[in-house]
Amino acid sequence: MNSIIDSLLSLLSFTGLPYYILVVVAILIAGVHIFLLMAIFATLAVYFERKVSAFMQDRLGPMEVGLVGFKGGKKFWGGIGQTIADALKLLTKEDILPNDADKKLMILAPFIIFMGALLTFIGIPFSEGFIISDFNIGIFYVIATSSIGVIGIILAGWSSNNKWSLYGAMRSAAQIISYEIPLGLSILLPVLVVGSLEMSEIVAWQSEHRWFIFHSPFTFIAFFIFFISGLAETNRTPFDIPEAESELVAGWMTEYSGFRWAIFFLSEYASMLIICMLTSILFLGGWLSPMTIFSIFPDNWLLLDGPIWGVFWLFSKALFLIFVMMWFRWTFPRLRVDQLMHLCWKVFIPFALANLFFVAILELIFL
Amino acid sequence: MNIQDIANKLKTDFSESVEFLEDTLFIKVKPTDWLEISEKLKNHDDFKFDYLMCISSYDCGDKIKYGVAYNFKSTSIGHELEVRLEVSDDESIPSVVKLWGSADWHEREAFDMMGIKFDGHPNMKRILLSDDWDGHPLRKDYDTPEYYRGMPVPKDKTYWE
Amino acid sequence: MSKQDKSIIKAEEMVLNMGPQHPSTHGVLRLKIHTDGEVVSKIEPIMGYLHRCFEKHCENLSYEQVVPFTDRCDYLASMHMNHAYSMSVEKMLDIELPERVEYIRVIVAELQRIASHLVACGVFGLDVGAITPFTWALRDRERILDLFEMLCGARLLYNYIWPGGLSHDLPPNFIQYTNEFLDYFEPMLKEFDNVLTENMIFVERTADVGIITPEVGVNFGVTGPTLRGSGISHDLRKDEPYSVYDKFDFDVPVGKGIMGTVGDCWDRYWVRMREIEESVKILRQAIAQLPDGDVHAARPKKVRPGKGEVYSRYESARGDVGFYIISDGKNIPYRLKMRSPAFCNLSVFSEISEGWMMSDVITILGSLDIVLGEIDR
Repeated sequence: MNSIIDSLLSLLSFTGLPYYILVVVAILIAGVHIFLLMAIFATLAVYFERKVSAFMQDRLGPMEVGLVGFKGGKKFWGGIGQTIADALKLLTKEDILPNDADKKLMILAPFIIFMGALLTFIGIPFSEGFIISDFNIGIFYVIATSSIGVIGIILAGWSSNNKWSLYGAMRSAAQIISYEIPLGLSILLPVLVVGSLEMSEIVAWQSEHRWFIFHSPFTFIAFFIFFISGLAETNRTPFDIPEAESELVAGWMTEYSGFRWAIFFLSEYASMLIICMLTSILFLGGWLSPMTIFSIFPDNWLLLDGPIWGVFWLFSKALFLIFVMMWFRWTFPRLRVDQLMHLCWKVFIPFALANLFFVAILELIFL
Repeated sequence: MNIQDIANKLKTDFSESVEFLEDTLFIKVKPTDWLEISEKLKNHDDFKFDYLMCISSYDCGDKIKYGVAYNFKSTSIGHELEVRLEVSDDESIPSVVKLWGSADWHEREAFDMMGIKFDGHPNMKRILLSDDWDGHPLRKDYDTPEYYRGMPVPKDKTYWE
Repeated sequence: MSKQDKSIIKAEEMVLNMGPQHPSTHGVLRLKIHTDGEVVSKIEPIMGYLHRCFEKHCENLSYEQVVPFTDRCDYLASMHMNHAYSMSVEKMLDIELPERVEYIRVIVAELQRIASHLVACGVFGLDVGAITPFTWALRDRERILDLFEMLCGARLLYNYIWPGGLSHDLPPNFIQYTNEFLDYFEPMLKEFDNVLTENMIFVERTADVGIITPEVGVNFGVTGPTLRGSGISHDLRKDEPYSVYDKFDFDVPVGKGIMGTVGDCWDRYWVRMREIEESVKILRQAIAQLPDGDVHAARPKKVRPGKGEVYSRYESARGDVGFYIISDGKNIPYRLKMRSPAFCNLSVFSEISEGWMMSDVITILGSLDIVLGEIDR
């Protein structure tokens, strides 16, 4: 599969510059686009979350701040410029670093979390051939880089010189590391059946057979285990005990203000997008159109398939899952720490191991 | 049982400590026997007052004696009782914390507001006012202090207008 | 193990402070928590941050002037405070009230009970982490506050029930609006129930947590829904009916340990939810039986009771409110003491929260439903 970097390099080769300069230019272009994607997505996701939560709670949400052409006030899209206004406000806020805090670590922590999210986007395909850099270890790279964030969280909690922040950071680190195990075990299922770590191969398998969630009852269960472990990875309710709890004011983010806090927020929404896109690619058919599930349509008849349509389908599946994540946040209470750990170690891991075992046997029988 | 019967029953055992005047609704008890009387009120089958509703402190008005009124009720039999004790500043009342848990904070409040001392209370500290406050506010002859930790205690608006 | 080894392994006890300003302490309450890791070993509630010398003020005010001050004691159930105080003064004066006054008082008291329980249940859900039921509860409470505003002009502190009568009669469309509210409210309550009551996560957080056994409850003077959650059916409206409560047909919900042990936090929450339904029942009956009359007929010209004292009890949203008034024949009380239910409910807090974790402390405090204005007076 061609990757974007390859296409960029071949595009720019007409200039005749040495190879390493071309590579740097290509990387910069790709990096800027990924950053723009993350920023724009975070903007839209925050606005979406506020509106969704407001409508669920029988109120209106942001209504006043408009954007060019969209006047604020009466219609339900009234507050569409709210997040941009908030982002501008955060940029102009005073940059507070407490006196007794470890300043270097405190400055470093948001960057580490941000880097984790950015690096992960490199390995995620948006459609056929629409991947920044084509690894043949696909998923493995994505899971590895998405774990970099834990270091940032621990640094943030430690460097704040605040007993409560440390408490929250430790809880968050324990939660994220524990839930990576069921996450990884559930990822092994598509890898096992398809036989390759590359995500494009997995989607190709799904286009030939059927969406992975319908492959067997074990993968159906694995979908839920994967999605819920993904919720725990991103510290969303019902697993948001490190963040939004009533005893520790804001957990490990307490001492951060202004734009540093905005970076934490941005990377949280970016990791939400990553988890939802991974779920769509691995279990829900990725960039395949839903029309292909029902083979009642004759071939070549309005299948809505193709590279451009692929991006649309992938993003709509991811957006639906993001809506489900937000739905969970505003419906469920949160779990206590020991109930969280019990759920991971005594419920999810046995089920995930059992899934793996049975799917392996299925593969052996029906090879 | 109405209050006359309760008073008579108590008087058989504690005749000098228990006093009941006609046309009143309470029994007066002396603090010396209060522990035994309260133990009997809680555990004896005739009384069974297991619910201590309220402990109110009041000022008798003569600047010498201060009183405490206990309101009891029995959840099993259903009768109510009011018991009053009056002490002066150098006497103290035995605490009934071990019998009724609700007495804990009510006695602290009686001490805080009226200055009545209770013997045997595990944590006799002020409860509603800060620990270093002077005086007992609900006494009739109480004067608010001029200053508290350097801040003037406003008696009228001239302090802030 | 040698003695030295034991002392090295023993963990240190940490003293945490959940200060007066905190999102989950329901007011200005300070908790000194001694913890051993995550497990709580002792909690010491420190109060007094809202003490406004209510009882001392009352010794300088006439009996009618005390009524607005009672509002501010339990500000989430002001009608109950007004009613309790007015009942105690009427007991001293031996006044016979017209039927219409009693019925209006019952209507207003039950509406207030629904409003107060909505706040209690919504805030309980908020403490546990569910934010949406809280906004729904407040939305429905807004309609009740609109009814009260129509009635006496105020949304929170009413000064409505005066000794001997009421301050105003019902406005013309009040009954029609109340009926509309009741019709709107019953399906909304079911919605609230669906989201929170049987939710697995909510049940896991609250069932079997903070159990008040009946003996401990009665011993510490716990009353109201907090005690009824432990299985004791003790409701003043049924046991010693005051006002016209003996004319209505309603049940007293009692905790049965449906989701865990009898007397846990879930039971107390469940009792409050069922009490809202019972209040709706009483309201419908009261509105149907409402007679005509003059609400100002029995208002005394001068409130000057004779010498004596009275202790009258009332069932408010939080429990057993008692007013102990000593009068010496003047028109101002000699001594007025308010026995507040939340004061006694909070005193059982340190008993029942030993051995639970930090998150459970918040849950237990939320289930006790305290209002600091009433505790500190």
